[in-house]
Amino acid sequence: MEDFVIEMLNITKEFPGIKANDDITLQLRRGEVHALLGENGAGKSTLMSVLFGLYQPDAGVIKKDGKEVKIHDPNDANDLGIGMVHQHFKLVEIFTVLENIILGMEPVKGGFLKKDEARKKVVELSERYGLRVDPDAKIEDISVGMQQRVEILKMLYRENEILIFDEPTAVLTPQEIDELMEIMRGFTREGKSILFITHKLNEIMAVADRCTVLRKGKYMGTVDVKTTTKEELSRMMVGRDVSFTVEKQPQKLGDVVLDVQHVTVPSKVHKNDAVKDVSFQVRAGEIVCLAGIEGNGQTEFAYGLTGLEKLSGGTITLCGKDITKMPIRERSKLGMSHIPEDRHKHGLVLDFSLAENLVLQQYWKPKFQSGGFIRKGEVARYAEKLIEQYDIRSGQGAETVVRSMSGGNQQKAIVAREIDKEPELLVAIQPTRGLDVGAIEYIHKQLVAQRDAGKAVLLVSLELDEVMNVPDRILVMYEGEIVGEFKPDEVTVEELGLYMAGAKRKGGGQDE
Amino acid sequence: MNKEKKSFLRSPGAVSVMSSVVAILIGLVIGFILLLAFNPSHALDGLRRLLTTGFSSPAMLAKTFYQAAPLMMTGLSVGFAFKTGLFNIGASGQYVVGTFCALMCGILFQWPWWACIIAAAVGGAVWGLFPGLFKALFNVNEVITSIMFNWIGLFLVNLLCSNTPALLANFYGDINADRTAKLVDAAAQAIIPTAGLNEVMGSRYMNISIIITVVFALVMWVVLQKTTFGYELKACGSNKNASIYAGISAKRNIVLSMVIAGALSGIGGSIYYLSGNSQFVMEKVLPAMGFNGIPVALLANSHPIGTIFSALFISYIRVGGDALQPNFAMETVDIIIAAIIYLAAFALLMRTLISKALAGKKKHAAAAAAADSVPVITAEPYTAEAAGQDVQAAAEETAVETADTPPDVQPPEPIQQNEEVDET
Repeated sequence: MEDFVIEMLNITKEFPGIKANDDITLQLRRGEVHALLGENGAGKSTLMSVLFGLYQPDAGVIKKDGKEVKIHDPNDANDLGIGMVHQHFKLVEIFTVLENIILGMEPVKGGFLKKDEARKKVVELSERYGLRVDPDAKIEDISVGMQQRVEILKMLYRENEILIFDEPTAVLTPQEIDELMEIMRGFTREGKSILFITHKLNEIMAVADRCTVLRKGKYMGTVDVKTTTKEELSRMMVGRDVSFTVEKQPQKLGDVVLDVQHVTVPSKVHKNDAVKDVSFQVRAGEIVCLAGIEGNGQTEFAYGLTGLEKLSGGTITLCGKDITKMPIRERSKLGMSHIPEDRHKHGLVLDFSLAENLVLQQYWKPKFQSGGFIRKGEVARYAEKLIEQYDIRSGQGAETVVRSMSGGNQQKAIVAREIDKEPELLVAIQPTRGLDVGAIEYIHKQLVAQRDAGKAVLLVSLELDEVMNVPDRILVMYEGEIVGEFKPDEVTVEELGLYMAGAKRKGGGQDE
Repeated sequence: MNKEKKSFLRSPGAVSVMSSVVAILIGLVIGFILLLAFNPSHALDGLRRLLTTGFSSPAMLAKTFYQAAPLMMTGLSVGFAFKTGLFNIGASGQYVVGTFCALMCGILFQWPWWACIIAAAVGGAVWGLFPGLFKALFNVNEVITSIMFNWIGLFLVNLLCSNTPALLANFYGDINADRTAKLVDAAAQAIIPTAGLNEVMGSRYMNISIIITVVFALVMWVVLQKTTFGYELKACGSNKNASIYAGISAKRNIVLSMVIAGALSGIGGSIYYLSGNSQFVMEKVLPAMGFNGIPVALLANSHPIGTIFSALFISYIRVGGDALQPNFAMETVDIIIAAIIYLAAFALLMRTLISKALAGKKKHAAAAAAADSVPVITAEPYTAEAAGQDVQAAAEETAVETADTPPDVQPPEPIQQNEEVDET
C-alpha cells in the first residue's frame, strides 16, 4: 500500500446547474511535489477550496494518513497540517515580517506579546530552509519575492506538513523561481508534501514528481512527470495540440513609427520618478517587448505613452507627429491602439453590451453616427462582423452584457476592437494576463499578424515565455530605466532574469 | 415560448418594473398598518381614499397631473445625473432659482410663459453648473456643493424677492408681503396656457404642463438611448476610467450633466408657479418638490420613461392623502405618505432580491448553455469556475450597484430631510 498523506477520492462539487468538480481523485504521496494542472476554470480552485474547508463536497471523501476526515473550515485544515500560499498574499502591509508570521498564533503572556520566543523560532526556520528574511522589516518595504518567503514561513511556523502553492511563480524573477524550486525540493527532503498549482508547464517539468490534470471540472489523469512531455501535458489540459512556438514571417522593417525620447513619468506612490529618461524607437514591422518584473515602471510608462498620465519630461513622436501633449482621442486618430493592462478598469464598460463596447473607440466616426445620433443598425452590423471574424463567444451575441462574458472573451473583444481600428502602432500591455494557453496562443497570433502586416507593436509583458517568443527585440526595464536591449535568440532566460532583477545592466558607454 | 417568457422576465427592464411594483405594494401595506395604528375605525376607508381619490373625478386627476409635472422634472433631473454617476441632491436649489427666474421675467419683464420657462432653465442650469465645475476641476464631492448651493440659492432668492417690491403680492393690492404676486393680477401673459383642458377636466389646476413634462421625459430618453452624447454620459457614469481611456472628456461630461440636470429642475419650478395657482412664499425651508425628485428617480431606476409613471404615482398618493382629512390629522397623513414613498425608494433593494432569485434559475440556464456550446476545441472553455465566476459577477454586480453609486445607498437621508420639510 502506498503512503499517501492526503487523499481526495471521487470528489464531486456541484454548484447550481454546473459540476465544478466531477469525480476527481487526487492522491498526494508523502514527500512529493505534486502538480495540479488545468486551464482557467478547470476546477483547480474549487478542489483546493474543498481541501481547505471552504466548500463541502457533495460526494467523495478526504483521507488524511489513510483515515477519513471531515474538513469544515480552514481551521480544521490547519489542524490537519494543511497550509497554503495564496496567489495574492494575505499579509498586513504595515506589520513587520515577524508580526505577520505569528499573526493569529501570537505567544502571549498576561496579555503581552512574547516576541522573543517567536523570533527564535522564525530565525531558526529561515536558516534551516534557506529562507533568508529580515524579521523586523515591514512588509511594504520588501520585495514580492521576500513577501512570498514570509508566506512560506507562516506555514512552517504553524508546522504544516502539507503545503499548497497557488500559482507561486507568477510574481517572481527567473532567479527567484529557481530559488523557490530549490526550497520546494528542500521541503520534500524533510518529508513535507507539496501541492503545486500552476499552468506553467516548464515549472512542472522542472520540479514536480507527478502531475494531476483537470479539464472542465473532470479528472484527466495523473502522470509521472519523468515519463511525460510538455506537449502531452498540454494536450491533456486543453484537449488539442497547442503550439508553443510563435510562427513569424521574415522581418520586413519599415520606418520609425514610435519615437520615445527621454521620457520621464512621476510616480503616484513614491516621490521618485516611476519612469526615468527612457528612450527607444519602434519601427513598422517589428514587435518590441518591454520586459520587466511588475512594478518597475512599465505601467506608468504605458500610461504616459497612451495619454492616461502626463509626462514630466521627454517627447513622444508617433508617425512623425509630436504627440507628447496630445489628448487621447487625437492619439487614437493618429493611429495608436491600446490594449490596456486592466481590462475591467480601462478596457471595457462592463454594463454596456458587447456591441457598445466594440465601438468604444469609434462611435464618434461618421460611420456610426449621424447628427449626434448613434446608427444602431450600423453598430450592430459592425459588432456581428467582429464577433464572427475574431471568434468572440458570448451568450446573446452582440447584445450580451460584457460583464457576463468570460475573461478570455472579454479580452478578445478588446483585441478585436483595437486591431480592427487598423492602427499604425498597437500598444499591448500584458495582453495575456490571466488567460489560459488557448487564448494566449490566439492573442499572440493576432500580435504577430499585425507585425507581419507591417504595423508596429509595443508589447509590455511580465511573462518570460512571452518575452522570449513573441518579440523581435526585447528592452528590459528595471526601476524605471531601460537596462538592456536584446534580440530574443541572443539571450538566455537566465541572463534576461539577471537584468530584470537589476543584477546586471548595460551601461551607456559600455553598450555592446 | 416558455423560454422566451422566462428570458423576458430576466431582462433588466422587466426586473426594474417588477421591483418598483413590489416596492410600491410593500409601501402600501405599511401605509395601511400605519392607518390602522392612527385611527383603526377609519383605516379601511382611509386606504380606499388613498388609492381611489386620484381617479375619483376629473378634477382630482387634474390635481394629480398638476403636482406630477414639477415632480417629473426634478425626477428627470436627479435621474439624469445618476446616469452619469452623479448624485444631484441640489434639485431643490435649482428648482427655487428656476422659479425665481421665471417669476422675475414674467412679472417684472412681462415675458410670455415659454420665455419664462427658458429663463428658469437657464437659472437652474447655472445652479447646476457650479457643483459640476467644482466636481470636474477640483474633484469636490457634488453632494456637498449642491447641498450648500441649495441653501445659497434659497436665501439668495428670498433676499432678491424681498428687495424687489414689484414682485410681491402687496404691490398688487394684496395684504401679503411674504409671497410673490398672483400671476392673474401681475402677469397674465406668463400663465401656462390651458388649451381648454381646464374646462374638459373641470379644474383650474389643469394646463398643458403635464404634456410639456412628458415631452421632456421622451426627449431625455432619446438623448440617453440614441445619441452619442448619451452614450458618452452613460460610459462616463458606468466606468469613468474606461471613458477616459476611450478619449471621452469626463470633465466636460460631468459639467454638462449637472448643467442639464439643473435646467430640468429649474423648468420644474417654473412649471409649478407659472400655473397661476401658486404663489412663491419666502420661507426658510427648501421645497419638498426638489427632494422628492430623488425617490421619483429611484423608483424609476433613473429611466426617463419610468420617471413619468413614478412621478404620477407619488403625486397620486399625495392627492389621495389630502383626502384623508379630517379623519387623519395632516401630520399623520404626511407620515403615512412619507412611509409609502420611503419604502417605494427601496425599489433598488427589491431589484437586488429579484435579480438574486432569478440568478438561481440563470445558473441552470448557464449550465445548459455551457453543455450546448462546448465543442471539443474551445479557446475559452465555459466551465465550472467560469460559471462560478459568472454567479460571482452577478453578485458583484449588485454589490457594485450599491457601492459605485452612492446615491443608491443614501436614499434614507434625503428622504428624512424631506420629512422634516413636510412637517414644518
